[in-house]
Amino acid sequence: MAVKLMQGNEACVAGALRAGMTFYAGYPITPSTEIAELSAEELPKIGGKFIQMEDEIAGIAAALGGSLAGKKSMTATSGPGFSLKQENIGYGIITETPCVIVNVQRSGPSTGLPTSPAQGDIMQARWGTHGDHSIIALYPSSVKEIYDITIRAFNLAEKYRTPVILLLDEIIGHMREKIEINEDDDIEIIDRKKPTCKPEDYKAFKVNKGDIVPEMAAFGSGYRFHVTGLAHDETGFPTGNEIKAEQLFTRLIDKIEDNVDDIVTYEEYKLDDAEIAIVSFGSIARSARAAVDSLREMGYKIGLFRPITIWPSPEAKLLELGKKMNKIYVVELNAGQYFLEVDRLSGKNTTVEKYGKINGEIITPEEIINLIKEENHA
Amino acid sequence: MPSELVNKYYRTENLPHIWCPGCGNGIVTRAIVKAIDSLGLDKNNVCIVSGIGCSSRAPGYLDFNTLHTTHGRALAFATGIKLANPGLEVIVVTGDGDSSAIGGNHLIHASRRNIDITTIVFNNNTYGMTGGQYSPTTPTGDKGTTAPYGNVDPSFDLCELSSAAGATYVARGTIFAANMLEKNIVEAIENKGFSLVEAFTTCPTYFGRKNKKGSAVDMVTYLKENAVNALAWDKLPDEKKEGKFIIGKLHQKTRPEYTKAYDDLIKSLAKEG
Repeated sequence: MAVKLMQGNEACVAGALRAGMTFYAGYPITPSTEIAELSAEELPKIGGKFIQMEDEIAGIAAALGGSLAGKKSMTATSGPGFSLKQENIGYGIITETPCVIVNVQRSGPSTGLPTSPAQGDIMQARWGTHGDHSIIALYPSSVKEIYDITIRAFNLAEKYRTPVILLLDEIIGHMREKIEINEDDDIEIIDRKKPTCKPEDYKAFKVNKGDIVPEMAAFGSGYRFHVTGLAHDETGFPTGNEIKAEQLFTRLIDKIEDNVDDIVTYEEYKLDDAEIAIVSFGSIARSARAAVDSLREMGYKIGLFRPITIWPSPEAKLLELGKKMNKIYVVELNAGQYFLEVDRLSGKNTTVEKYGKINGEIITPEEIINLIKEENHA
Repeated sequence: MPSELVNKYYRTENLPHIWCPGCGNGIVTRAIVKAIDSLGLDKNNVCIVSGIGCSSRAPGYLDFNTLHTTHGRALAFATGIKLANPGLEVIVVTGDGDSSAIGGNHLIHASRRNIDITTIVFNNNTYGMTGGQYSPTTPTGDKGTTAPYGNVDPSFDLCELSSAAGATYVARGTIFAANMLEKNIVEAIENKGFSLVEAFTTCPTYFGRKNKKGSAVDMVTYLKENAVNALAWDKLPDEKKEGKFIIGKLHQKTRPEYTKAYDDLIKSLAKEG
């Protein structure tokens, strides 16, 4: 058992390597840069490949290329870079190319407040790339959890053959905490399912009975196939047929939405007898948790609901929460993004309020305590 | 009946192709396939990557590992594939707009890295897929649907651009001199480093019609009559160079190749470890 003082971004690379990452392509941007730096240091030592590309778009393009050649690959970025990567996230979705895209969120639109923290890319993670699609986005809130959730991000990318967005923020990306990593731990590592049929029988985008996604051959493995961002049928070749196009677009959404029970994880903290719930995630959930502890001491029946899978959202749980709670506060470091999702679900049965901030400062436990005390009695 | 070459290398079930009558893209595609055939490359070991545009549809018709990517990004995807699996023979098929406008940055940097990728630019001087807008290689003064009064922009020489950025093999050909084009593509694939072959091709539907260049045959005749072999170019007096262009091998040199250099790094770290 190794006990280490580790930075969040560092834990992300440690988790990625544990998950089997052998390819990284990216472009430097604060506050994600340590992820690139550490990947550059570690990958060649294990025979893996790191490349610093000429821009953010090339970073994700090369990462997807590496994945198509059979490697588990990752790219990391922040704010402006996340915007630049959006088109190729859609390419990864329609071509079902596994890849982990880390976005260490920073403050503001455009260059904004570099590099103060924010949680302003919650909706961009969901809808940043054009066209109807589903997406998996995960958001850990501690250094140890970054390690674990990065492994999970790779597993989900491989299992569902899709880009997975790993949301971090400047606070947890740069924060250092003590973590214990045991290399001998029996951690589940999922690899993409490869075809075993004869190459001439391989249909690159056909889902076999009992499978969630098509089997994925690597370029150069003897299975010659075509990959395109155009609508395609199960052979992989383009089609303009509306029935086949709809089948594809629907399947890409359903493979995620039909498996929310497998994909969605969350933490419930002191919610059993709670009348008030705070919904919060990432770094700000840490303030929310501290606030819950203090408010409990003051006699408030309050708890924390922390989605770890941000997208797809924990719909059933948020519906249930709305039925149980007298009031829900969505506390997030933005102007009210996830609030829209919580209000859509929990808001059917209870009052949902938002509390946010967009000045680059964090939300402290004291602020949350005062907010609750102003509006509620213990 | 398809020829032996077509049966061997084309995905005949996807034919006929989408290209217009008189388009030269089929000739360039055939030159690539003939080059691969004459080199005796294993089909399983060839990866053809394209971006977006008319020419970028070529990989869908070819029976190799094929990838049709996003607009301008073929070289960025191809860089990832080549680095992840240096054993693959990676060929990029791209157009003038795809490679030099939206994808210009990737062309410069793939050249600079001298990564072992062969890039074939199908240069038809226009954006054909979107209906004939001017591109970075449209000659100044020529018309496009977005240059109704004639193109004000100066045009790019992609061969000079790629050579200056660090490519180690650069050639230009035309669809008239198809055998020479094939020979240059063979040399480009053989070169261990970044190679670029610019193939002048015809778009009678948009570029030709908009600029009154006549029929497809007239446009091919123009390519025939105005091309000067690189071997003869230097001997030509300046006044005779007016309106002409060079074809053949334009640039070749030796520099360390990127994926080899990275593999050497891995080996040196393994020794230290």
